[in-house]
Amino acid sequence: MTGTALLFLVLGLGLIGWIAGRARAAAFVRSAKAGPRGSVNSLPYYHGWFVAICAIAPALAFMFIWQSISPSLVTNMVLSAPAAADLPQEGFARAAILSEARAIAQGLQTAAFQDGSEKLVPLYKNALSYYKWIGVAATLLLLFAGGAFAFTRIKPDFRARSKVERVVMFGLLVASLIAILTTLGIFASLIFESWRFFSMVSPFEFLFGTEWNPKSTVTPGADNGYGAIPLFWGTIFIGAIIAMIVAIPLGLMSAIFLTQYASATVRKWMKPILEILAGVPTVVYGYFAALTVAPAVRDFAVMLGVSNAASDNALAAGIVMGVMIIPLVSSMSDDSIAAVPSAMRDGSLAMGATKSETIKQVLLPAALPGVVGGVLLAVSRAIGETMIVVMAAGYTANLTANPFATITTVTVQIVALLTGDQDFGSPHTLAAFALGLALFVTTFFLNYVALRVVKKYREAYE
Amino acid sequence: MSNAIMDPTPTDWNGLIMQKRIARRYAAERRFKAMGFIAVSLSTLFLAFLLFTMLGQGLRGFQRTEIAVDFDFPALTSGATAASISGPNADAALNSMDVPGIVELAVGQQYGDLSEGLLTAGAAGNVRQMLMDNPSLITSKQQLWLPVDSRLDVAFKRSGEPEAEKTVVALAQKDALRTGFNWTFLTGADATDPSAVGIWAAFKGSLMTMAITLMLAFPVGVLAALYLEEYAAKNRLTDMIEVSINNLAAVPSIIFGLLGLAVFLTLFGMPRSSALVGGLTLALMTMPVIVIAGRNAVKSVPPSIREAALGIGASPVQVVFHHVLPLALPGILTGTIIGMARALGETAPLLMIGMRAFIPAAPEGFTDATTALPVQIYLWSDEVNQGFVEKTSAAIIVLLIFLLGMNALAIYLRNRFETRW
Repeated sequence: MTGTALLFLVLGLGLIGWIAGRARAAAFVRSAKAGPRGSVNSLPYYHGWFVAICAIAPALAFMFIWQSISPSLVTNMVLSAPAAADLPQEGFARAAILSEARAIAQGLQTAAFQDGSEKLVPLYKNALSYYKWIGVAATLLLLFAGGAFAFTRIKPDFRARSKVERVVMFGLLVASLIAILTTLGIFASLIFESWRFFSMVSPFEFLFGTEWNPKSTVTPGADNGYGAIPLFWGTIFIGAIIAMIVAIPLGLMSAIFLTQYASATVRKWMKPILEILAGVPTVVYGYFAALTVAPAVRDFAVMLGVSNAASDNALAAGIVMGVMIIPLVSSMSDDSIAAVPSAMRDGSLAMGATKSETIKQVLLPAALPGVVGGVLLAVSRAIGETMIVVMAAGYTANLTANPFATITTVTVQIVALLTGDQDFGSPHTLAAFALGLALFVTTFFLNYVALRVVKKYREAYE
Repeated sequence: MSNAIMDPTPTDWNGLIMQKRIARRYAAERRFKAMGFIAVSLSTLFLAFLLFTMLGQGLRGFQRTEIAVDFDFPALTSGATAASISGPNADAALNSMDVPGIVELAVGQQYGDLSEGLLTAGAAGNVRQMLMDNPSLITSKQQLWLPVDSRLDVAFKRSGEPEAEKTVVALAQKDALRTGFNWTFLTGADATDPSAVGIWAAFKGSLMTMAITLMLAFPVGVLAALYLEEYAAKNRLTDMIEVSINNLAAVPSIIFGLLGLAVFLTLFGMPRSSALVGGLTLALMTMPVIVIAGRNAVKSVPPSIREAALGIGASPVQVVFHHVLPLALPGILTGTIIGMARALGETAPLLMIGMRAFIPAAPEGFTDATTALPVQIYLWSDEVNQGFVEKTSAAIIVLLIFLLGMNALAIYLRNRFETRW
């Protein structure tokens, strides 16, 4: 019996428990003659839920725990058998043989490649089925015990509803806590792996070194090519400079045009069209940047007389990234312009200012904090963007301000480092986590400041 | 007192200076408006340019070039009958018949020295499938249309290598080439030969990943939104949850990939590059989007509904689950669809959890190694072979159609079911 089948069996039995509990409570309702609903405390289906929860919850919890502890129990049982005595003692070969025997026993693999894994297969089969049936039996036992316990509790004055509602509230709280758990998980994994990285490579070299050419084996104290300054610069140059030069004017002017000048019909059609720009997947932008924009930019550079223009230049990635950001800047500007009290606008217009004078001298200064907050969010979005730069910008770290040169970014290097060797403890993999930590901290800071600025600004006019 | 206020002469609005000044201000006004118009047009033009480029290249990816090959089946198979390759033993009979050898022989007889590398690698499989579907073909001479090799395909559709161009011209003179619909592209999996690739495997992987994402992110997101909006007391814990959710919604997606790599793959030892891990990772990414949309939807249900329900004796849980949630559901669903559309187009976190391997078959289960549609696009975009350009664009068209469809559905739901109180 597989895990999925057991899961469905548990859920099916839970459903039966629900029906049984509900039927029993309904019988009370029918027998109680006082009042239209009888003197039963809770509606019948609450009793049903009570039985179902009591039956399913412990069984599922046990299945989850069993899932994580049974593999080591199986391995222990196999190792305690006499046939396992002549296994090689050292870790790697031993683990390879064991995992292969296990895979064959589970039917994931058909032929054995390691010496000595063949004879462990029957042992594994035995142990696996032994512990599997123990698990199934215990799960079902728990299920029936819980269900029977709940079923005997059902009485006319049993407060099934408050019990069920307490479980529901607990479920709601757990669901909300998952957000905190995720944040903690991100923080913990990034910090832990970065810590391992910084025990190999000095943080000083990482933060202030200007040469990025990561070596796969590091020697403490020496220069290992883990200087991330070129990456930080590339990220800022593409995400915060080139992309913003494209996105801020276009986004802001689009927002102004659509909110202040355009007719209702134009606005109704143009706003969703701009939003499509935000909905196009980044891999599509990346492909477009690499295939169409980058060669055009290079030809343009050659026309200008720039001889060393690269085909994977920073400008193409930056421009396309800027276009992707336009809707974000536009909608944030839109919101903050709309939040300016109309009395200020009307006052300016009444004094004889033209529309553009009102916008430039009254609306924009008043909306500035909101627009700045939007731009900060946009920067945070741009520097965390991965696929556009992976596909259109290059992999070579260059500390240059030439937009036609190849410049790499933090996200590109994270992808590059994690696709070479896949040994998890290697400095390459760990360096990716250190870069990820830098990226996470930066975007966290930018988002925090942006949200604070926007919130403060909203409060100022409320 | 300044002079301006004390000056008794009124402003001469019709004077030359004032007229000029007003003209200048109006010109500035027109320029400003034009700038706004240009900004909107540029953004729209860029979108149009992108879509047209993809369509222009991608439509060719749905077509394939086919070549006519004459099969003298009675001679080639030394008299196999329709009965011998049908029924339960058809598979074994076809295997023993050496279909690839027959195809090679037939092509060699017909095209002579042109026949080297004429057909795509999967052509023998196509012939085999045709024989399976219609065993009576084998009793007579047949002309079958088979897909050509990718080099010739590129050369026939636009311009390819000079060598392939020459072959194509020679074949076209014999009237042996035609363009057909590329069914393999919709039903096949990744391959090394661009004329044999298909998106079904990647698409199925995406669907399975999305199924996991939806199953996890939707309930958790809705429950969290209900808790925060309806029950949460104002305390440190609630503040922390709110900060976490707002922050998670803005964390770069690649960070979620790193989380998936460190926690799901390394710590929990889940299978690499599987739909399960991909779905879990994307669920963590989508959940905050659903929570934020869900909170807005719950917030827009008027308090009078809650008070009325409480007034006739509903418990707080009944108020929310019987009244607030059903009324907020359209808004929540809209937010969920938008979040799912974002997850469907997401590539970077999936690369982090190992979804970049060459997967030549569609996944069977949630723990099988799989790829996803955007990842497949990325992998194909990296190929040097010219034939992959149109396949990449064609896959992009499929992806965009699905994303636009999901967004249209969200807009429809919003317009159809949203209640203005």
